Amino acid sequence: MRPELIKEVKYVPYSGNMAAAEAMRQINPDVVAAYPITPQTELMQFFADFVANGLVDTEYIPVESEHSAMSACVGAAAAGSRAMTATAGPGLAYMWEVLGIASGMRLPIVMTVVNRALSAPINIHGDQSDMMGARDQGWIQIFSENAEEQYDNLIQAIKIAEDERTRLPVMVGMDGFVISHSIERVRLLPDKAVEEFVGETKVMYPLLDVDNPVTHGPVAMTDSYMEFKRQQREAMMNAYKVIREVGEAFEEAFGKKYEHIETYKTEDADYILIVIGSTAGTAKYVIDKLRDEKGIKVGLIKIRTYRPFPYYDVMDAIEASNCKAVGVFDRAETFGAVGGPLYSDVATAMYLRNKHYPIVSFIYGLGGRDTNVHHIEEAIDKVMQAAAGKEVPFINYLNLKE
Amino acid sequence: MAEIKTAEIKVPPLKKLTNYPEKLAPGHRLCAGCGASIIIRQMFMVANALGYELIIANATGCVEVCTSIYPYTSWRSPWIHNAFENAAATISGVEAAYKALKRKGKLPTDKKVKFVAFGGDGGTYDIGFQSLSGALERGHDFIYVCYDNEAYMNTGIQRSSATPKYANTTTQPVGSESLGKPQHKKWMPEVAAAHGIPYVAQVAPSHWKDFMEKFKKALLTEGPSYINAFAVCPRGWRSKEEEGILVTKMAVETNYWPLFEVENGKWRITHRPKNPKPIEEYLKLQGRFKHLFKPGNEDKIKELQEEVNRRWEWLNKMEEISNREE
Repeated sequence: MRPELIKEVKYVPYSGNMAAAEAMRQINPDVVAAYPITPQTELMQFFADFVANGLVDTEYIPVESEHSAMSACVGAAAAGSRAMTATAGPGLAYMWEVLGIASGMRLPIVMTVVNRALSAPINIHGDQSDMMGARDQGWIQIFSENAEEQYDNLIQAIKIAEDERTRLPVMVGMDGFVISHSIERVRLLPDKAVEEFVGETKVMYPLLDVDNPVTHGPVAMTDSYMEFKRQQREAMMNAYKVIREVGEAFEEAFGKKYEHIETYKTEDADYILIVIGSTAGTAKYVIDKLRDEKGIKVGLIKIRTYRPFPYYDVMDAIEASNCKAVGVFDRAETFGAVGGPLYSDVATAMYLRNKHYPIVSFIYGLGGRDTNVHHIEEAIDKVMQAAAGKEVPFINYLNLKE
Repeated sequence: MAEIKTAEIKVPPLKKLTNYPEKLAPGHRLCAGCGASIIIRQMFMVANALGYELIIANATGCVEVCTSIYPYTSWRSPWIHNAFENAAATISGVEAAYKALKRKGKLPTDKKVKFVAFGGDGGTYDIGFQSLSGALERGHDFIYVCYDNEAYMNTGIQRSSATPKYANTTTQPVGSESLGKPQHKKWMPEVAAAHGIPYVAQVAPSHWKDFMEKFKKALLTEGPSYINAFAVCPRGWRSKEEEGILVTKMAVETNYWPLFEVENGKWRITHRPKNPKPIEEYLKLQGRFKHLFKPGNEDKIKELQEEVNRRWEWLNKMEEISNREE
């Protein structure tokens, strides 16, 4: 950051929704098309206020559904503009068809997902089933632990999405209510610094160039469809590198490190927890507590980049520790499969390195169910039992009434 | 609502219109006798003549699959296909991007562009209805053109809410217990007009002067326009390929397909057949209605005639009421 801008850095009491809206204001996208859904509604209200008061140059389209929100973003991004939106839970599910179109057409749309449970029964609270359900739709998926990370991640997402090597849409998730509606201290960067960091929109093949007409979204038959999909995999593999580079650029500009994963006291840990989202904060607290009170050495791997999944980063961290067993926390169900979705990815990571650590799978926090200190302690106890060779149920539900 | 000053802007004569370069390239895979390609070409003729570049969002359907088979494209205009049900939402995004970038001085100022969403009746009357309604209500500056061939023709003649009563379709086929579709067609342009948008019209490519005049008005209209275009489908209707324009003409001359417009709330019937022909004259050209000509089904044809009369009377009333001097 330029020295004259440093004094403009502000620390404010913001909720996740406020922080995300503030990032959108500073990014100042050309088009925002969105539909309100709890717990994302407030975010769009903040942004609508910016529009109403002329604080952004954005064309704001208050669409009639999430399906149309993503459809309009596809149109806007293909046109050659910077397009953003936000949604939650069932809204993301309703977008599902167009999510794959956005990634298949290689459009750098950036979206906040305020992670919410899917119906039925209907439930408006925190749960990562929404993004897990969309994980194979070709979007880069990043999760935030807190409001400031949501803010920082959104700013980085623009650069990640628009990079020539990726040209993929990015969704950035934060847990509903626990992050979206909780006020915490957030570091806000100066407007100018964000503007400089995200830079001018990188446009490719804009629909609005009438002198060079382009056909977007053609039919691909059996002779070409697979090659399109193969290229998407290539782009996603490139994204692994681009996300890291953008994280480094962010650190250089703003002094805060962002990697695919965050490790917390893993170096000397005997037991490793792997968590996505806000519960990582609680886990860090428990880790400190157990180390202080009982001398139990637990470490944490927090997954920031979920797609592309950082297999090697996870394994590097596990193998560099004294790991005897791993506890994987999933805030989403995968009915009829082993463990949750994160479990499958961690197990794959081990397989890739030909390593077989005992893994205990925990399903937690569905539909906003509290996950408190003692629930994580309970989980760690099970991981320790598994490390000691004791029989532990394969799937464990935290804070379930049984 | 902005007044449309269209009288001084004339569509050039046909001879001149045909001199403009074709924006829908030959070699597309639409069937012989298809009405949709004629509609597209007539749209482009007007746009060319008035100096507009069309930027098109195409719903999934016959036209989309027949014109964009990778690595080929028939489109010499900017064109985007997103999905089946979201052409109107897609064009909303394109139009919004245009406004934003224009305001920021990132687009050339010497171009006249118009945004067009193009979809079949399935993508308009049925699955794309919500997206269309939303875009009309929001008032985007675009023209929605529905090429109405009265069923899901791309996938093989499945019924839609645009399918007329008693038509034979593959999802409500004629059988020992069935006479085809049990319901009448939805009055879609009337529904579009109920959004209070500046311009709505129903057109038929057989009456091309009327078509072009209406498309011109839509081009010059600021805000949303809706155009419902009759699109003969020889394959789906079991009509003769070479009789496409005859079938279209007969739809108009029987008042089955009334040509009308709604301009800033004023309804106007733009073509009044001197002696409207009975509906049989239209039905008998198409195999999809052939069961109605079996003895004992005379009352069914009468019923279709009554529906034609009902809509015609309703339109006449709307014309009278909306043009009444206070």
